[in-house]
Amino acid sequence: MSYFIVLTLTGISAGMIYAALALALVLIWRATRVVNFAQGAMAMTTTYVALAVIEATGSYWIGFVAALAAGFALGAVSERLLVRWVEKGPPLNAVILTLGLLLVLEAIVPMVWGAQIRSFPAPFSISATDVGGTFVALSPFNLFTIAAVLLVMLALLVFFRFTGLGLSMRAAAFAPSTARLLGIRVGRLLTLGWGLATTAGALAGLLVAPALLLYPNNMDAVLVYGFTAAVLGGLDSPVGALVGGLSMGLALSYIGGYMGGDLETVGALAILIGVLMIRPHGLFVRMAERRV
Amino acid sequence: MLEIEGVTVAYGGVTALDGVSISVPAHGITAVLGPNGAGKSTLLSSIAGLVRPLRGRISYRDRVLTGMAPEDIVRLGISLVPEGGGVIGELTVEENLRLAHMWRRDPSDRGKALDEVMALFPPLASRRSMPAHSLSGGERQMLAIGRALMSRADLLLLDEPSLGLAPKLVTLIMRTVRELCAKRGLSVLLVEQNARSALAIADDAVLLSSGRVIASRRAGELAQEEELRRAYLGY
Repeated sequence: MSYFIVLTLTGISAGMIYAALALALVLIWRATRVVNFAQGAMAMTTTYVALAVIEATGSYWIGFVAALAAGFALGAVSERLLVRWVEKGPPLNAVILTLGLLLVLEAIVPMVWGAQIRSFPAPFSISATDVGGTFVALSPFNLFTIAAVLLVMLALLVFFRFTGLGLSMRAAAFAPSTARLLGIRVGRLLTLGWGLATTAGALAGLLVAPALLLYPNNMDAVLVYGFTAAVLGGLDSPVGALVGGLSMGLALSYIGGYMGGDLETVGALAILIGVLMIRPHGLFVRMAERRV
Repeated sequence: MLEIEGVTVAYGGVTALDGVSISVPAHGITAVLGPNGAGKSTLLSSIAGLVRPLRGRISYRDRVLTGMAPEDIVRLGISLVPEGGGVIGELTVEENLRLAHMWRRDPSDRGKALDEVMALFPPLASRRSMPAHSLSGGERQMLAIGRALMSRADLLLLDEPSLGLAPKLVTLIMRTVRELCAKRGLSVLLVEQNARSALAIADDAVLLSSGRVIASRRAGELAQEEELRRAYLGY
């Protein structure tokens, strides 16, 4: 029983990381109808930036902020300079472009920082929390992970629901032509959307690096898990990203814990295939879109 | 005030507008009439910047519009209400209205503009928090026109506001357009297939057919010309 609880708690913590990556994918999909296959590689890149800043300044938190800022910049620049060209036109073009971006990032990073596996610091203890004598299998760092992702999701919810800029961004995503007729600068908002999304992805990269370690393709598996989580929850649904992420975290934790760690990746792919076969639109299907 | 000079628009092989020249005066309603496929909607799309003419020029108060992006044309005080209203279904009525005022970057005016529109269209007020996709056809048109008013436009481009509406609502919409025009000194370019109701409120009228201007008159005069009416307007 206690093993089950341990698996559940670690599953929730990992699930939050997948949810953050899934959220990044969902935000970009909603805004530009593109699956950003480079999202994991972008998160990996920003984590390397964080490590460089941490080593230069000696402060984790400065590196943390630098990674988020780099994430925003990377996402915004990618949209403006690269993705803008393939947003209209056949979907395959966007797929090829983002896959290409993934390859480019995974090639450039080791050129700059080397390909050896690096360790990445955690800002809080990673050992079990002492709750009045008993040890709960959730470390302070796990708690930070869960809180950070929830906070980011809450912040984005408030932003989209209650601010004018968030309203404009939603309109630009739902009905870009109509939004332009209302004076909304859709292009700029799409760039902003990519920036916000990649910031969420950067957070995922920072949160997973202490356990996963840092090397040029450390986020490849996380991308698959995050993508599966996004599809599971529904590519259009931020709530779905959270639910999908947690589901993936728990499922993979149980599969790894009871059936062996080697089966985790297989498990993820099995879940992805299952979702696509049974309910391809995901759990939280939005109503049919009205696109002008 | 709005000068359309020799505008030609083609969509992949089909010429929608062929050397169209129209002069729209400031203040008042100009009706653009004609049978289906005459190019009326294309004309409005060209003015609004959604479509780029192959040839010709469109200028508004001596500013050249052709080549400008739609979101910049809006900032000159021109608002297109597309066919069907083009309301964003996923957003609420109030959100749709607020959205139209966003570009003005003037939060202090937003509430006032919102109150004006709600007073003008009571059904919108009672449905302000409901998603726009739940509105009836007539309510959508009200919302669409309300959005144009929110942006404080001087020139309204209305694309078939009566389409699909019951006669009573058509009369209401037309009367509202007429009153708004008079009260606020607006200019309206009104594309309509329902020529009768359009001519009833218009000051000037332009008749289009197959992408060409057939006639351009005062509305009252066009209404009298039986041959033109029978040939192009079906009555």
